[in-house]
Amino acid sequence: MSELVNLTINGNKYTAEKGSMVLQVARDHGIRIPTLCNHEAIEPFGACRLCIVEATRGNRTRIVTSCLYPVEEGLVVQTDSPRIVRNRKMLLDLLLARCSENKVIKELAAEYGLEKPSFREEYWEKHDCIVCGLCVRACEQVVGVSAISLVNRGVSKEPKPPFLEKAKACIGCGSCYYVCPTGAVKMEEKNGVRHIYNWEVAFKLKKCPKCGMEWAPEAQLEYIRKKWKLEPGFFDLCPNCR
Amino acid sequence: MTDKVAAIVKKYGSHSSQLVSILQDIQAEYNYLPRTALDKLSKKLDIPQSHVYSMATFFRAFSLKERGKHICNVCQGTACHVRGADLILEALERQLGVERGQTTADRGFTLETVNCMGCCATGPVVKIDDEFFGHMTNDKVEPMLSKFKE
Amino acid sequence: MASKLKTAKALAALQKKLAEEMDTEKCRISLCNGTACRPYGSNPVADAFKAEIEKRGLADQVEFKITGCHGFCERGPIAIVEPGNVFYQRIQVSDVPEILDNTVQKKAPIERLLFKQDAGAKAVARQNDIPFYTDQQRIVMGNNARLDPTNIEDYIAIGGYSALSKTLFDLQPDAIIQMVKDSGLRGRGGGGFPTGTKWETCRKAHGDIKYVIVNADEGDPGAYANEGLLTGNPHSVLEGLIIGAFAIGSHQGYIYVRNEYPLALKNITMAIEQAEKLGLIGKNILGSGFDFSVRVNRGGGAFVCGESTALMASLEGKTGEPRAKYIHTVERGLWDKPSCLNNVETWANIPLIINNGAGWFSKIGASGNSGTKIFSLTGKVNNTGLVEVPMGIKLRDIIFDIGGGIRGGKKFKAVQTGGPSGGCLPEKLLDSPVDFDSLLKAGSMMGSGGMIVMDEDNCMVDTARYFLTFLEEESCGKCVPCREGVKRMRQILTDITEGKGQVSDLELLTELAAHLKDSALCALGSSAPNPVLTTIQYFKDEYEAHIKDKKCPAGVCKALIRFSIINEKCPGCARCVKPCPTQAITFMGKQKPVVLDQSKCIKCRTCFDICKMGAVSIE
Repeated sequence: MSELVNLTINGNKYTAEKGSMVLQVARDHGIRIPTLCNHEAIEPFGACRLCIVEATRGNRTRIVTSCLYPVEEGLVVQTDSPRIVRNRKMLLDLLLARCSENKVIKELAAEYGLEKPSFREEYWEKHDCIVCGLCVRACEQVVGVSAISLVNRGVSKEPKPPFLEKAKACIGCGSCYYVCPTGAVKMEEKNGVRHIYNWEVAFKLKKCPKCGMEWAPEAQLEYIRKKWKLEPGFFDLCPNCR
Repeated sequence: MTDKVAAIVKKYGSHSSQLVSILQDIQAEYNYLPRTALDKLSKKLDIPQSHVYSMATFFRAFSLKERGKHICNVCQGTACHVRGADLILEALERQLGVERGQTTADRGFTLETVNCMGCCATGPVVKIDDEFFGHMTNDKVEPMLSKFKE
Repeated sequence: MASKLKTAKALAALQKKLAEEMDTEKCRISLCNGTACRPYGSNPVADAFKAEIEKRGLADQVEFKITGCHGFCERGPIAIVEPGNVFYQRIQVSDVPEILDNTVQKKAPIERLLFKQDAGAKAVARQNDIPFYTDQQRIVMGNNARLDPTNIEDYIAIGGYSALSKTLFDLQPDAIIQMVKDSGLRGRGGGGFPTGTKWETCRKAHGDIKYVIVNADEGDPGAYANEGLLTGNPHSVLEGLIIGAFAIGSHQGYIYVRNEYPLALKNITMAIEQAEKLGLIGKNILGSGFDFSVRVNRGGGAFVCGESTALMASLEGKTGEPRAKYIHTVERGLWDKPSCLNNVETWANIPLIINNGAGWFSKIGASGNSGTKIFSLTGKVNNTGLVEVPMGIKLRDIIFDIGGGIRGGKKFKAVQTGGPSGGCLPEKLLDSPVDFDSLLKAGSMMGSGGMIVMDEDNCMVDTARYFLTFLEEESCGKCVPCREGVKRMRQILTDITEGKGQVSDLELLTELAAHLKDSALCALGSSAPNPVLTTIQYFKDEYEAHIKDKKCPAGVCKALIRFSIINEKCPGCARCVKPCPTQAITFMGKQKPVVLDQSKCIKCRTCFDICKMGAVSIE
């Protein structure tokens, strides 16, 4: 069994496994810390900075991202101090200026009292993507095909397929769509085809011969079948009919 | 091209950790990073194409577009800036008829900027291929370029 | 070159032999052919010396060395002649025969090639008497003039690698670490972290595989101190690295050199090859049983790769994105192994400490800030170049005594230290000591050694905008505060320089600054506000002029200035007419002032720079 440590969050004492992250511990105890670039199935990235907290060790206090900060004995954490709230507000101000018409960002910003960005209107942008990297990381870590990556550097950094062409390695699983926190990945199924518009890909959906349900892209099924060395025809029937 | 890329990869022990050095060598060979070379590289190192593309677009040293015969680098470091380097860049843009990062229509010159080459005493500095031009002023731009024009 | 050295004795014997060979009747001419001298044409001068010596068969009378940076870059090409420590400056190819004659025949130094502070001043013959050099303490860089960096034997002849020998055979790792701690050496890359403590933590970290890394990324624009050192004396860095590896328990080193430094890359690569041939790198070094190998990696043109975790990511073949350092890199760094990363200059100080002792080192400099620091002193000073000074020296002394004051008789306005992560300090702070702690207190930082001097013709708002533009281009883009925040700060500053600033902008800039300092992922982001904060703090009047009066007092920001002809001063010589890129100036006849068409004027300053009559005004 792992070593347990004692820590304090917002004035209350808790115990947790040594080495676990502050964010996880907080969530386990129902303490809400907002995040955007975090997902339980994916390694934390520390990019959005929304999960910042004040962490005090001895007589030194720092602002750290709770998704990547390991707990330790005697740690004192403040998740909503005035300094943290001020920083989260400015963070959302910056995100709102970038994604001035995105529903998710507008709602989050409104929670912190922000109706519109503090910057000049002529500079407001209309992105949906906040470059949190979840789509790319899911594709790499969970799916394992790395069909897309974060390209360029700095203000023009964004998730894209290689050479800005249709993503050849994509299997159409839609993980990118499911993990995207702002709805920036646009996926649609129509006429038996799944489209993921951001990566310019389209996949024919497998139709179950028994019940007629179009349930998954053929390419994805073929990828899984080959990877796990399953016999041909393994995915002929949909899960309900199998 | 396939052979050259394979040789470069082999030179670095086929280690994907040497990707920056490998890309440097490919660019030195072709004056830019050709698509076919990158596709070949991805196969040889057995790494995703998306990763190669990320690396090629992250580092400013690399160009995915064909570049001109002469690479003109204008230093925009602080020491050169306080001595008016931005005006020299503008003068070059006017003379060559391109913006920074672009190549002239006749492929004679590619105009790039660099943030400090270590010649601060002679700033503002322009480097064309391997030749340095220090203490640049607007009126020196045309004579400097004519040395390289055919 | 000698063959492999298999014992410490063999090294000592070689050293003795080479030292004796150096100490002959021969005269020595050391010509600087470093990166900063090349734009002056030092390469043709070097070729001319070689050709002339061969032509006249002078090889047995003159030892000619092509060396790295001598420091006084302003006056290049430079040669130092021994005996006599004669300093020749601004040498041209046509001067070469006379220099050789003069040296070989032991005549008095050639007066026209000697240093003079300005046209009417007295010539100074000896390098050590030149004001630029007298206040310096060139313990690290001084050896540049004594050796050819492409020849390891020169380094050995002056005692090189004896510190390594002492380390491997006379000292234990813990003792070495204690020595470094006692010396008080702090990281010269900017952080100023105590080197001995870093080494100790790395040594104690779990794991058998550890790495030592030389950070030669020197991305601060305007800083080239590392370049001068790595190009001019690569072995000093190598020796320090091997010693550190031994102390920490590492057998593999990496040297990460900026892509924009081709000469440094060439010289360090050659140095490693030569060291390997002599058995100073590789297996069983000097028969000690210690193995160490080192590899050189090039950067790809990314300032952010100077940050330690981004540098390590790049070494791993990934994009240079920093990561959180809640677990330090000395515990988990390159490939998750304990890694000790230090700056070029930090490593170069190590052999000196081993050879001369911690006590000797700790007495140089100031309390808590021992040793010297190499600065690239550039910008609007008379004497630009690489200067090495004891920590604690005043800014004023560097700029006015060593630097010779402001060029063209202009007035000092600010000095920028620490690169884009540092700040601009005004005249009233010129008596601040130059050390890690004092600079931090003033709102700036040491950084890797860039020191850029600005005068009355530099606009501080433009300077802040410049730094933010730089940082926006160099940001890796991973975290929101830096990627979006630096962009917004840059937009606001650009608006201010274009006359579109509002009073509320200063408050918004200050809020953004506080946010970046608190929330950015790495030091690029968290120190990005420094140029803005220091310029607002110390030069608020310039901001107010731009915002409220829509004026640029320094005459720099194009949207806020106007070029015009002072009719009384213009003799109609028309020097300015042809060079004007937009033909905005019309010749009106001799002795009549020219006419400037404002609608065509693009404010490129060509006419202002060219006019010898001071007839162009900027208002």
